[in-house]
Amino acid sequence: MKITLGAVVKGGTSLNYKTGSWRDQRPVLNIELCKACGVCESVCPDGAVHLVNEAYRIGYDYCKGCGLCAYECPADAIQMVAEEK
Amino acid sequence: MQETEVLEGSEAVAFAVKACRPQVISAYPISPQTHIVEALARMIADGEMDSEYVRVESEFSAASVISGASAAGSRSYTASSSQGLLLMTEVLYASAGMRLPFVITGVNRAISVPISIQVDHQDTISLRDSGVIQFYVESSQEAYDTHIAAFKIAEDPGILLPVSVCMDGWILTHSYERVSFLEQEEVDRFLPPFKPKNFLDVNDPKSWGSYAEEDVLMEFKYSIHRAMQYGKERIKEIFSELATITGRDHGGLIEAYRTRDAEVILVAMGSMVGTIKEAIDKLRSQGQRVGLIKIRCYRPFPFEDILDNIKVAKVVAVMDANFSMGSEGALGMDLKAKLCGRRGAPLVLDCVAGLGGREVNEKRVLEIVERAREVEESGLPLDEPYWAGLRPEILPEGAENDRQGKIG
Amino acid sequence: MIAKEKSGEQELFVSGHRACHGCGMALSVGHILKATGKDVIVVTPTGCLETFTSPYGYSPWRVPWIHHLFENGPSIASGVAAALKAQGRIHVRVLVIGGDGATFDIGFGALSGMLERGDDVLYICVDNGAYMNTGGQRSGASPMYSSTTTDPAGKISPGKSQMKKDLPAIIAAHGAPYVATASVAYLKDLEKKVKKAMEYHGPRYIQIDTPCPSVWGFSPDRTLEIGRLGVQSGLIPIIEMQGGMLTNVLKIKKKIPVEEYLKSQKRFSHLFRDGQHQKEIEKIQALADINIQKYGLLKDVEDKR
Ligand SMILES: Cc1ncc(C[n+]2csc(CCOP(=O)(O)OP(=O)(O)O)c2C)c(N)n1
Ligand code: SF4
Ligand code: SF4
Ligand code: SF4
Ligand SMILES: [Mg+2]
Repeated sequence: MKITLGAVVKGGTSLNYKTGSWRDQRPVLNIELCKACGVCESVCPDGAVHLVNEAYRIGYDYCKGCGLCAYECPADAIQMVAEEK
Repeated sequence: MQETEVLEGSEAVAFAVKACRPQVISAYPISPQTHIVEALARMIADGEMDSEYVRVESEFSAASVISGASAAGSRSYTASSSQGLLLMTEVLYASAGMRLPFVITGVNRAISVPISIQVDHQDTISLRDSGVIQFYVESSQEAYDTHIAAFKIAEDPGILLPVSVCMDGWILTHSYERVSFLEQEEVDRFLPPFKPKNFLDVNDPKSWGSYAEEDVLMEFKYSIHRAMQYGKERIKEIFSELATITGRDHGGLIEAYRTRDAEVILVAMGSMVGTIKEAIDKLRSQGQRVGLIKIRCYRPFPFEDILDNIKVAKVVAVMDANFSMGSEGALGMDLKAKLCGRRGAPLVLDCVAGLGGREVNEKRVLEIVERAREVEESGLPLDEPYWAGLRPEILPEGAENDRQGKIG
Repeated sequence: MIAKEKSGEQELFVSGHRACHGCGMALSVGHILKATGKDVIVVTPTGCLETFTSPYGYSPWRVPWIHHLFENGPSIASGVAAALKAQGRIHVRVLVIGGDGATFDIGFGALSGMLERGDDVLYICVDNGAYMNTGGQRSGASPMYSSTTTDPAGKISPGKSQMKKDLPAIIAAHGAPYVATASVAYLKDLEKKVKKAMEYHGPRYIQIDTPCPSVWGFSPDRTLEIGRLGVQSGLIPIIEMQGGMLTNVLKIKKKIPVEEYLKSQKRFSHLFRDGQHQKEIEKIQALADINIQKYGLLKDVEDKR
């Protein structure tokens, strides 16, 4: 790929870098327990949690497995499990 | 008919800048640059000029403000001298890397310590590796004309680099000279509004100032060099385009003065050039074949044009108003690096001339030519640069003094 | 069930950045931009935020963003603001998001200049109390008795022996119309403050406590918990100053002793290692108590009045 003038790059291109590979703990969301409060989405530093079809889902492409969502979930609906590699 | 006025060099520069319609100006005072930025402030205060003027707390911020403004898509300008230019150094490297095309007047003045307001070129020469294009001028008229060309050169899509117009403090900034001005419409036609392809735009968000690794970093550096190399031809074109409008031709990257058959050629830049030309005329009238190359564009270094004009010369005497401590002057190093290994290359005599404001008068020029003749005769370069006008007798006694005493 | 659907595509700060696991700073940025909306230009001085968002070719910024140097965030922002004014792009606003080292230390002169000139810039300091990008060296924002790599706790030193610079007060003294502190532990409050700051013109300042799991030394799932402990102990007062007057504080729900906060992080662990540092802990407790008094942070104190 050709380099750009002054190293100026298009915004939003980090989506091409999947940080999910950094994960060794995987958050697993139990939809049965979820109260749809949105806390997990709000506290994720990696923008990995989204409301999809009216349910909160964790996107494993970018989730680094920090565990913040699990710790903050008021319903204990997210469990951290060891990632199988 | 161009309007003509006798005025201070600083004011001439301020008029040139005004005519170029920068949208953002930012500056911090330091002698001998001050009159330029004061004149601009007055024009804005009187409503004669429509620019945002950001009155910063340091030169570091002045350079930063115009960098930010330039990235946001505005034509921008600053001026500084000496310590102020050194304080800008880190900013200028970064902005050249970002390819921001602002213009900066580098009013030449010596560097501390001892602190002094005397003229030399140490300040701007210290910025020579930054990626900023550098012009040096001989007169207020040339300063006026070069500033107008500078914006167009900086903003050329194939160049896109900061441009610095360097002019000797006091000698040019504070003396009165007759200067001719262009009509505003002429300048507007020559220099259309700044419309960069990249700018900080909320409708097309881009990121500036990335972190790069060794897989691409060298190519980014090389791109700056390539823009400078391309710039050599483009600068000449822009200069001659301007010359057809002004009717004044100051030359291209260099001005060759009576060099065609010259055996000894002096190389210099800045205001000392006037004195050198007079000395050359005198020597010529005595039958000596002596000439001068005035460097107008120092970065990119106009080696090809120099080479074209020193073909028959036996000795080239470079007059550096700067010095790299522990080595030699910058111009001398540049020239020798390019000449080295070339068949029939002339010998180079490095001279330190005008450092710390030490006067370069006719007598000193004649001494340099005399040294050049000695070098020509011996066929060998000197081991150490020739410090023109050094006063070895006032150096303190000391171990290091023994040797220095001999050099003078 | 919340009806509003959202996919990551519309966000202004997207995934794929390279912050450490559980980084408080990375968390804060998405919320800041949610509050400002898309019509902002962001300036970021050198530091963690710059590094983890700028590997060449991979930018998470969906707003125009510029990193220039470490010490000139405020003056780059002033230049951008001047250009916007000159061009008549008045609906676009300028934001700096920079670290505490850039803000409290090396860029302080430039910041003071920007404030004094009254430039239209919202300056947000994402404060992690040290120079994290370079491995956790001491800054003017490092808390007292924290151990940093350039002022480490050792056999005869309890770590940094000076107080954290009171930057919000210094900035308010410049006449900034809006000055506030916030914490990633209180994200709604943070967003509200950014929104409010955007309603003002001139120089505004928000300092956000952004816990850093990697260098403070705590588990990355506790970023908000650590933030809460800081606030609830009184060590990190969450305040708002408008026109130089204290106008609002986030009340402490239940005051906790500073030990609880200090014990939760490695950077203070030396204070508990040998039982020799009671004096230092008391001093830190005194700092918290002063904050509580000075800003009226306790609910019941207010209630009793
Ligand atoms: C002039 C200069 N000095 C030093 C550095 C090295 N440096 C880069 S980032 C940094 C520390 C940043 O600290 P802070 O502003 O607190 O941001 P953080 O990384 O903690 O988020 C330092 C010392 C530099 N880049 N430029
Ligand atoms: S935080 Fe827990 S309860 Fe709330 S939306 Fe997420 S998973 Fe559901
Ligand atoms: S584990 Fe961390 S990165 Fe993954 S979804 Fe939860 S908060 Fe986000
Ligand atoms: S070192 Fe700290 S502040 Fe920096 S990216 Fe990692 S967690 Fe965030
Ligand atoms: Mg920091």
